[in-house]
Amino acid sequence: MDFLRPASWEEALAAKAEHPTAVPIAGGTDVMVEINFDHRRPEYLLDLNRIELLREWEVGEENVRLGASVPYTQIMENLRTELPGLALASHTVASPQIRNRGGVGGNLGTASPAGDAHPALLAAGAEVEVESVRGSRFIPIDEFYTGVKRNALQPDELIKTVHIKKADGPQQYSKVGTRNAMVIAVCAFGLALHPETRTVRTGIGSAAPTPIRAKEAEAFLNAALEEGGFWDSGKIITPSVAKQFADLVSAAANPIDDVRGTAKYRRHAVGIMARRQLGWTWEQYRGAGRTLEGAA
Amino acid sequence: MRVNFTVNGRPQEADDVWEGESLLYVLRERLGLPGSKNACEQGECGSCTVRLDGVPVCSCLVAAGQVEGREVVTVEGLAEFAKDRTEHGGCASGACGTTLDQAKRWEAKPTQDSQTGEGVELSPIQQAFIDAGAVQCGFCTPGLLIAADELLERNGSPSDQDIREALSGNLCRCTGYEKILDAVRLAAARQGEAV
Ligand SMILES: Cc1cc2nc3c(=O)[nH]c(=O)nc-3n(C[C@H](O)[C@H](O)[C@H](O)COP(=O)(O)OP(=O)(O)OC[C@H]3O[C@@H](n4cnc5c(N)ncnc54)[C@H](O)[C@@H]3O)c2cc1C
Ligand code: FES
Ligand code: FES
Repeated sequence: MDFLRPASWEEALAAKAEHPTAVPIAGGTDVMVEINFDHRRPEYLLDLNRIELLREWEVGEENVRLGASVPYTQIMENLRTELPGLALASHTVASPQIRNRGGVGGNLGTASPAGDAHPALLAAGAEVEVESVRGSRFIPIDEFYTGVKRNALQPDELIKTVHIKKADGPQQYSKVGTRNAMVIAVCAFGLALHPETRTVRTGIGSAAPTPIRAKEAEAFLNAALEEGGFWDSGKIITPSVAKQFADLVSAAANPIDDVRGTAKYRRHAVGIMARRQLGWTWEQYRGAGRTLEGAA
Repeated sequence: MRVNFTVNGRPQEADDVWEGESLLYVLRERLGLPGSKNACEQGECGSCTVRLDGVPVCSCLVAAGQVEGREVVTVEGLAEFAKDRTEHGGCASGACGTTLDQAKRWEAKPTQDSQTGEGVELSPIQQAFIDAGAVQCGFCTPGLLIAADELLERNGSPSDQDIREALSGNLCRCTGYEKILDAVRLAAARQGEAV
């Protein structure tokens, strides 16, 4: 095994081009587990810790540009207002020690259907900026997940920045697990209201081969809110509308039975989370302050 | 490969390090510092917790090569680290800290007077763990001490919720956690009195 320690982004891209099989290592919270247990013996480890730009973030007019290696702890502490859904999701990851190392770039690299960042990114709206010596491209988050633990990266590409839409309304995230800390989601759900465009977006985790949006549920709710004049009136959403939304979220899930839960339970639970989050976010939207921060 | 980094305030060099090796392995097997414990090697238990550039991390999940040029504090250096923090507000690398030799020989010797800890160099959090009876088999203790010490560094009067959150990455199979919470409350109270 060789340990490559590029000091700059350009060096990292060059190293990845020269050794496409090199395994990037950022926080190491996925990679090191695999190496410790001998599940993986890469020929090259490509350390990204020295690359400053991957640890930086910038809040722009419309987007937050989040460096691939910004640890979850930083997201929770510094980006709660701009990215409430992702901040809530970050807070549910593992433990302080893991959140101090792991970040969204690694979560995207692993592309596990259970990764907590994914539903929040899907709901907020995001693009993944990837780069290689050949150039850079932006991958819409909807097209990033291509299969179970598969993503749209080419072998010579690295994730540079995740461009996430700044919240223009309330967002929520929750997951089902057996305890508060150190839990891989049995299933998870994220919801973002986008009052500026009068739309809602969703993200479902751990209930399909990849993280997905519940697009029919979104379309239904968008139409129902529009027709009922809810965005203007801010009145309470009719229970039948909320129920239909929840049912459509359940229907969008395509889960399996495994040690963490049954498919039936997962389908049920994402529906419950969808209905509750719609209630919470809508209350926030109606609320006087129309605060953008997620509730803890 | 060779890895140069700072451990407990002193520069160290580890040789013949395998590229896939963890920081935990380097500390225990290459530098002879077995204070950080290895229980799960997958980030679940926190018994390998160390400070990396000040930040609590699971050393089992840090690749050895990633610590090149960086600073690590282990439980063996915690007493000195805490002392430097109180006395000089921290330590310029190399000027203070704990030598490898001291660290290897470091132990929390029992004293006649466990209230004052006289005769033993313990950090306040270590003393509080002893006084509160928060140590049983002791396997989880080093990781908990590092995590709890960092909490008290950040937050002088943590709520129970803060303590639970800060220690949520550390498992203990013996104590049932109550005495550990007591210990952190005790250390926080003493820290408050001292100010
Ligand atoms: C005890 C424990 C609990 C966990 N709990 C959770 C949890 O609750 N929720 C959750 O979502 N995850 C959890 N995880 C998984 C892990 O912490 C996350 O997936 C984390 O986001 C990984 O980030 P990292 O920087 O540590 O990734 P790494 O391990 O460094 O990398 C992960 C993958 O991404 C690739 N990669 C990293 N950076 C880049 C880049 N810039 N470009 C291209 N590829 C890249 C790597 O090659 C690798 O394939 C847990 C892990 C552990 C050990
Ligand atoms: S040994 Fe590192 S967390 Fe358990
Ligand atoms: S005292 Fe035995 S594991 Fe905590």
